[in-house]
Amino acid sequence: MKRKRKFESGAATAFITRNQALRKLQLSLKDFRQLCILKGVYPQEPKNLKKATKGSGITRTFYFTKDINFLSHEPLINKFRQTKHFMKRLTKAIHKKNQDAIDRITASRPKYKLDHIVKERYPSFIDAVRDLDDCLSMCFLFATLPTSFTVKTKSVHLCRRLTVEFQHYVIIAKALRKVFISIKGIYYQAEIMGQTVTWIVPHKLGYQQPSDVDFKIMRTFVDFYTTLLGFTNYHLYTLLNLHYPPQLQLDSEKTDTETKCLKSEAVEEKLAAMTQTLKTLVSTTEDETDIDEFPVSNSEDPDFIEKAKIESEKLEKFQKLFTGKKFFLNREIPRESITFIIRTFGGEVSWERSLALGSTFQETDESITHQIVDRPSVDKQYLSRYYVQPQWVFDCVNSQMLVPVEDYFPGVILPPHLSPFAKENEGDYIPAERKQQIKRQQGIDSGVEEDEVEDDDQEEVPEEEDSEDSEVEEEEEEEEEEEEESEQDSEEEEEEEEKKPKKKKKEVKEKVVTPKRPQKKKEMAVTPGSVENVNINRKIQKQVAEEKHLAEMMIPKKKRQIYERVVKSQNKRDVKIKELKDKRKQINRRNKLSKAGGD
Amino acid sequence: MPSSTSTLPVKKIEKERKITQLPDEYEYDSSDEEDIRNTVGNIPMEWYRDYDHIGYDVEGKKLLKPQKGDQLDEFLDKMENPDYWRTVDNKSTGQKVLLSKEDVNIIQNMQKFKNPTGSNMYEPWVDYFSNEKMIHPISNRPETKASFVPSRWEMLKVSQMVHALKMGWMKPSREKTVQNEEEENKFYMLWKDDQESEITKQYRQYIPAPKVRLPGHAESYNPPEEYLPSEKQKLKKEAARGKPRLIPTKFSSLRLVPAYANYIRDRFERCLDLYLCPRQRKVRMNVNPEDLIPKLPKPRDLQPFPTTESLVFRGHKGIVRCISPDPKGQWIASGSDDKTVKIWEVATGRCIKTFKLDSKVKSIAWNPNPSLSIIVIAIETCLILINPEVGDKLLSSKTDTLISSFEEVEPQPDKPKVSEWNVYEDKEYEEGYRLKIQHQREISHVTWHGKGDYFASTLPKGESKSVLIHQLTKRRSQNPFSKPKGLVQCVLFHPIRPFLFVATQRYVRIYNLMKQSLSKKLVGNCRWISSMAVHPGGDNVIIGSYDSKLSWFDLDLSTKPYHTLRHHTKALRQVTYHKRYPLFASASDDLSVIICHGMVYSDLLQNPLIVPVKILRGHKAAKGLGVLDCQFHPSQPWIFTAGSDSTIRLFT
Repeated sequence: MKRKRKFESGAATAFITRNQALRKLQLSLKDFRQLCILKGVYPQEPKNLKKATKGSGITRTFYFTKDINFLSHEPLINKFRQTKHFMKRLTKAIHKKNQDAIDRITASRPKYKLDHIVKERYPSFIDAVRDLDDCLSMCFLFATLPTSFTVKTKSVHLCRRLTVEFQHYVIIAKALRKVFISIKGIYYQAEIMGQTVTWIVPHKLGYQQPSDVDFKIMRTFVDFYTTLLGFTNYHLYTLLNLHYPPQLQLDSEKTDTETKCLKSEAVEEKLAAMTQTLKTLVSTTEDETDIDEFPVSNSEDPDFIEKAKIESEKLEKFQKLFTGKKFFLNREIPRESITFIIRTFGGEVSWERSLALGSTFQETDESITHQIVDRPSVDKQYLSRYYVQPQWVFDCVNSQMLVPVEDYFPGVILPPHLSPFAKENEGDYIPAERKQQIKRQQGIDSGVEEDEVEDDDQEEVPEEEDSEDSEVEEEEEEEEEEEEESEQDSEEEEEEEEKKPKKKKKEVKEKVVTPKRPQKKKEMAVTPGSVENVNINRKIQKQVAEEKHLAEMMIPKKKRQIYERVVKSQNKRDVKIKELKDKRKQINRRNKLSKAGGD
Repeated sequence: MPSSTSTLPVKKIEKERKITQLPDEYEYDSSDEEDIRNTVGNIPMEWYRDYDHIGYDVEGKKLLKPQKGDQLDEFLDKMENPDYWRTVDNKSTGQKVLLSKEDVNIIQNMQKFKNPTGSNMYEPWVDYFSNEKMIHPISNRPETKASFVPSRWEMLKVSQMVHALKMGWMKPSREKTVQNEEEENKFYMLWKDDQESEITKQYRQYIPAPKVRLPGHAESYNPPEEYLPSEKQKLKKEAARGKPRLIPTKFSSLRLVPAYANYIRDRFERCLDLYLCPRQRKVRMNVNPEDLIPKLPKPRDLQPFPTTESLVFRGHKGIVRCISPDPKGQWIASGSDDKTVKIWEVATGRCIKTFKLDSKVKSIAWNPNPSLSIIVIAIETCLILINPEVGDKLLSSKTDTLISSFEEVEPQPDKPKVSEWNVYEDKEYEEGYRLKIQHQREISHVTWHGKGDYFASTLPKGESKSVLIHQLTKRRSQNPFSKPKGLVQCVLFHPIRPFLFVATQRYVRIYNLMKQSLSKKLVGNCRWISSMAVHPGGDNVIIGSYDSKLSWFDLDLSTKPYHTLRHHTKALRQVTYHKRYPLFASASDDLSVIICHGMVYSDLLQNPLIVPVKILRGHKAAKGLGVLDCQFHPSQPWIFTAGSDSTIRLFT
């Protein structure tokens, strides 16, 4: 029997350091890095460092030996070696100034394909869709980058082409769900084959290329991502019976005469404009699939089917948000993003013909329902259409309904733009505008909302009691808020009524306190007695708090640490929420004051 | 012109001249005809330096060097000849040549790096190689043979290429590039069958990268106003080191939103994260903190227990070290650092009697027998027994008779006395002092046996005599241990059985007094035991320690603590059980007294239930100490506490 020695099995052999891996694969660090990026191999952290390092305990970058073995079979490695050789030949020719040789050698540059890696990393299509987030964000970034030594024109073109194709897919599949304008860029969230895919598109151009960013790494990522996105697009297009590469439904030959650029470029531009629908392979009429009623034995939820039906109806309605609407974009609008959104939800879009290719109708068209404007005033206004700011489109999508246009007229101070991605767990801070949005969605539309909120806040202002008390009070106030919001009529009267007793209470309290002080004076006097004002709520609160404290004392030592950590994080969150609430209150008060001053 | 001008320009000059003179093209075709007078050729003329001749002419005769004057002649020539400056030597013949004006011009131009002939920029253009086809060739030169015989190697190469083209090995370059490009971006149905190959399955341990956090309201270009940082916060955020943080900003319209400066860096960092960061699956504990709190009955359901401070006994002028209620619960005795023992009425909080003593009171214990009224007080090295003479007169007289009924027995001479019993007389007797037991060392603690006849004193420095047991009726003291057992903190009698609990610094030893043997040794995981209490049932013990722990021992279960409570933040001074209710209390230097519900079930299988029910506060800090003693009322769920702020408080 073989003797078992130390460091011959287990963690010591399962992990391999990066340098060892390099030596094993006989690659330079640069190539290894590229290989890791393409193959999606990432370092590992051994659970027991001492064992993995064979006792030395020095921290290094570790990889699984299995992963490295796997890499060693990669055909790409051969290509890397060929490239290395090619570079040697080329540099030699360059130094010899042998132009002939340079031309000949450059023509034979070894090229590698990443198809097999895509298939290997994403064995099923759904895997690829699931991992599309970073891919899309990178491609959208590279599609807008200026070409430079590190960013090649070809990859920029390819990225542009693929992103446009993807957007066309989203338009046709009506897959867009959420949009959000952040400072960083515009976020989009789509639902593709049941997976949510989120990507970000940067604002406008005009980058400053940062000096400390290694574009070679980015380029390697983009190489892989373009391959992935290409295959994904192909798959998605075939699923929808569309031509790939995409073709426009209308014959564009007629209009070609107007343009002065190359024909291929014009087609590309028109595709990018996204105003026209794509040609399908099979001319199918839209058949609406009903959900068949299966005799589901889901005893937990008897109206499961009903719910699903309602949900699907809702979704359908949401997908047809802008159908029948005609939009005209002014030239200051970020054309691409707005067109994409409106087209996804079934609207028609156009812009001035001189601005870009792909406009479908003119500003003078009387059937235009909305004109999107981002300037303080418009000179010539048509009565037949609404003039709105671009945020309206985004807010409509996020609240899944057409938001009143009044708040978004040109020159009007816009209501805040809320994130549709914000988590709304129990106890989280929800801004008043969001509450309003939720209410709107539920069908209770109220235009006077904001004023009301302010009224509530004003009511809160005079109540400045003990610090301990205020916390308790706040919660009560919140409840009050909600109650009052639901019952809107005769609200002011109630308010006044409520104010009075509170004031009285205060007076009573003062009286209770005062007799204690003059005890030292020996004057005999009988003061009229008053009912002792026992704050039952506070008492109960105190008792509950004490009971909780006592119960906390009995937490065993094992669980105490977790408990304390959880409580700490909760407290931290509470502090943040409180800060936000306080700020909101302050702002409301200021607004009220300024309003009063204005009057 | 200096003579140092090299031969080469001269030749050229001659050439030029010849061009101008002789337009015949064949005239200058060969270099041989350059200078026919000397036939030596183009060799360095130094070789003929030492000879008279300078070469040979066509016929093979020597060419003699011309006569050359000496330096004087040269000088004279230089002075007299006006053309001397433009006279040069012809090296091949040795003759002097006078340069013409044009020649000099050419040389001067060359020296200035100008066009030697002094070009005329506007010379008429002669179109030699015009596009017009002429019938005559430009030159009469016959064509070389190579120009009309086809190359053999070329033929071979071309035939190879043709073959390659025919076979499809080679492609025209343009076609090649187009095809390459097409192939590069050729997409097809990659996922025809969503099956994973065996090899990848084998190797895949892939953890998908976590998604990027999605933005909240604060990142909006037009966020709700409460998310905007104040000026102060903004400055703080900007000054913060490390990653540049996003500062929420508000723009009045979409038109004004600029490109985000850190966008590319953000994406780059994401890329780095994707390929450089180790990934691990972590199970996030989504714990509701409420679930971690053990399910115990609510204190409300465990009443009665003391909750509110109802009486404060004031009167002592020093730290109240110890208190002891009388067995009926009507009175309470307290000993203090102001060298007094006071008897208080519990119901009113009045001080009934004060006994003055010689030094600070260390410990005090009221006889648990309800038919006797005796208090034993420990001061320095002696125990003093007093009859407080409060309450029932009959009781106190009965007590006096019991004490005085003692008859002296002949002391056994062989045994050394461990203590000395003295009797108070006259005035002191009138005041209530009855007996005095003198010890050899300082006493720290005194306790009664349940029956009220025996009592034990603890002498921490007594070494082998650190525990003494006294019998009241026989006025006898005995030392149960022959060896020192460590630093004894306190001793207690078992309430029912003949056991003695001895708490040393770390352990509690339980001795069987009948068998005179050690029956158990409890190991409390604490540094220094301060106090101990035995459950009235006798099967449970609690000990308090200076490292702020309270340990509950179930004697039937094990010698290790059944439960350890770390509720106090400072040292524990006293622990105690209630005689009738399932309560126990601990007093600590952190000014609090914690009352716990400690239910002991008669069923042996059921473990005791321990629930903290109340934290009593009321004492104030003084002299670095907190609450020093706590004792339950014998019949009511009340508790007395004695503090360093020289008060005793009653909580009911």
